[in-house]
Amino acid sequence: MARFLIKRLFSATLTLFAVSVLTFLMFFALPRDPVSSICSKNCNPERLERVRDDLGLNDPLISQYAGYMKGIVTGRDLGSAQGGRCDAPCLGWSYVTNEAVSDTIARVLPVTLSIVIPAAILWLLLGVGLGMVSALRRGTWLDRLAIGFSLTGASLQLYFVGAVLLLVFVYNLRLLPVPSYTSLFDNPAKWASGLVLAWVALAFLFSAIYARLSRAQMLETLSEDFVRTARAKGLAKPKVYGRHALRAAITPVVTIAGLDVGGALGGTVITETTFGIQGLGRTAVDAVRAGDLPTIMATVLIAAVFVVLANVLVDLLYAAIDPRVRLR
Amino acid sequence: MSLSPVEGVALDEIESDPDATTPAAKGVVGRSPGQLAWLRLRRDRTAVVSGVLLVFFLLLGLSAPLIEMAYGIGPREQFQNLLDGFGMPLGYAGGVSGEHWFGLEPGLGRDIFIRLIYGLRTSLFIAFAAALITATIGVVLGALAGYLGGWLDAVINWITDLTLAMPFLIIALALTPTITLRFYGERGQVSSAFGVGVLIAVFAIFGWTSTARLVRGQVIALREREFVEAARASGAGLGHMLFRQLLPNIWAPILVSFSLAVPQFITSEAALSFIGVGLSDETPSFGRMIYRSLDFLQTDPAYVFFPGIMIFALVFAFNLFGDALRDALDPKSSR
Repeated sequence: MARFLIKRLFSATLTLFAVSVLTFLMFFALPRDPVSSICSKNCNPERLERVRDDLGLNDPLISQYAGYMKGIVTGRDLGSAQGGRCDAPCLGWSYVTNEAVSDTIARVLPVTLSIVIPAAILWLLLGVGLGMVSALRRGTWLDRLAIGFSLTGASLQLYFVGAVLLLVFVYNLRLLPVPSYTSLFDNPAKWASGLVLAWVALAFLFSAIYARLSRAQMLETLSEDFVRTARAKGLAKPKVYGRHALRAAITPVVTIAGLDVGGALGGTVITETTFGIQGLGRTAVDAVRAGDLPTIMATVLIAAVFVVLANVLVDLLYAAIDPRVRLR
Repeated sequence: MSLSPVEGVALDEIESDPDATTPAAKGVVGRSPGQLAWLRLRRDRTAVVSGVLLVFFLLLGLSAPLIEMAYGIGPREQFQNLLDGFGMPLGYAGGVSGEHWFGLEPGLGRDIFIRLIYGLRTSLFIAFAAALITATIGVVLGALAGYLGGWLDAVINWITDLTLAMPFLIIALALTPTITLRFYGERGQVSSAFGVGVLIAVFAIFGWTSTARLVRGQVIALREREFVEAARASGAGLGHMLFRQLLPNIWAPILVSFSLAVPQFITSEAALSFIGVGLSDETPSFGRMIYRSLDFLQTDPAYVFFPGIMIFALVFAFNLFGDALRDALDPKSSR
């Protein structure tokens, strides 16, 4: 177990390292000079050169990269132009927003978390629940309804569903306020009412895939010997389905869920744009538009960390759910 | 690699055993697996309906210039005289009339129907081109990785992991202007054909890994079979092994994954143009239209429905057809 974890974390670190190098190279290939966006039009060459020096843009690429990485691990001194000392998870200084990137991230990360975590709980419960019900009631109207639901959901687009939800619940019925983010700890009711449309839209679209997958898996598991044995020895139906069959059927669902949740935590660009909520995804899009390199770097890295960690977590969950899996 | 990445699921779903498609010895005539699949497909009502719908969409997209001639309105024509002082279309449901079937865009006053037809063409072209390229790269690399194994396999696996860890939308968003700037410089007028090309390239870079995984798994399952061993023993070269011996046995899952990749690329293209990458406003595109329509949600709600329903119908038809194709090619699958 410990050995597995170490091995897995090692390969995760390697992947993250590669992502960071690739992103770094990709954005240094940008022909746009990051300095010109900072210094307005009437900027003389000497001043430009000084800013470049301040930013370390004249250093070789490798030492720029090393400096960036050192900043993340130990923090570093960025010079007075960039807010001076930058503490441990230092992600650099953004000239576009004029603040430390870690401050920006600290502000927008809770927003994305508040969108994704409740939505994920909702879509997992809804998807797996629907899939199970339709597998157990195979061929009935309930099953057909669930299949129709999942086929429709799988073909709908978030921006369209979001627009329709906004139209109905915010503009026509006026049941909900225009979506916005309030901290959960300040005002839980406002937090929920501002984000509930985003949760519903995400849950509707995502649960479709889960309903489909868990239905197929459940049908397969129900025909297996151990389920028949459990029934034959006199276990009650709920116990057989809930404890034995579900456990075996849910493993591939967990894999997909890990990827989806990990990916979504890295920024739900479309959701945030549709509902006009400023989270990690919108911040990344804005950063790309403004050529704000440090912020792009940080958002891509954070997204990658979430995906990689989610994958490790999925492997661990596998062992917890399915007793046949041995971690090596 | 880890215990069971997504590939396990995908493989279970589209697992195809060559034996399963061998015709039962009941009939008098022998039928090839392909003929059998075609028969099954024709008997499936969903497949026929969604197939007809797809052909209809394809024809609509292909004949866009003809439709423009018959309809008499171009995608870039503006009808400012049919808008009120606030730029809102006059009349009901966003200006729907005998002349403008789906109404007009608020603000610019362009005809929605003809823009949708051209958007359909762009979308289908990008999706098919991207699906073809990714399938080709994926099949070649996946087959090589599965058959040869060793370091090549390890490298391809690792690249797959890497692309999964990169946030696609953000990277594509950042990459597209970079590529465009490289070719055009700051001031150049970017042609819409080039924008389409860049989008396809970005999809190709990120999209091939799933096909590669699928093919790799299938090839590994076949690698130790007798017919492969026999071919190897009689001195078949690498190319012959891959393309004449192995590939004919796994075309079914490849076809299914291709048919399900097309709607995915349609969705991705719309999503990218929704967040404003690649295609300029000149090129009609579903995603761009929906993005614009969000600003007019309160004042002109009809605007969002036309592109929204169109893209839903398109993706829905593709998904239904892909599923039906899977059922036809693999009668064992229990979807």
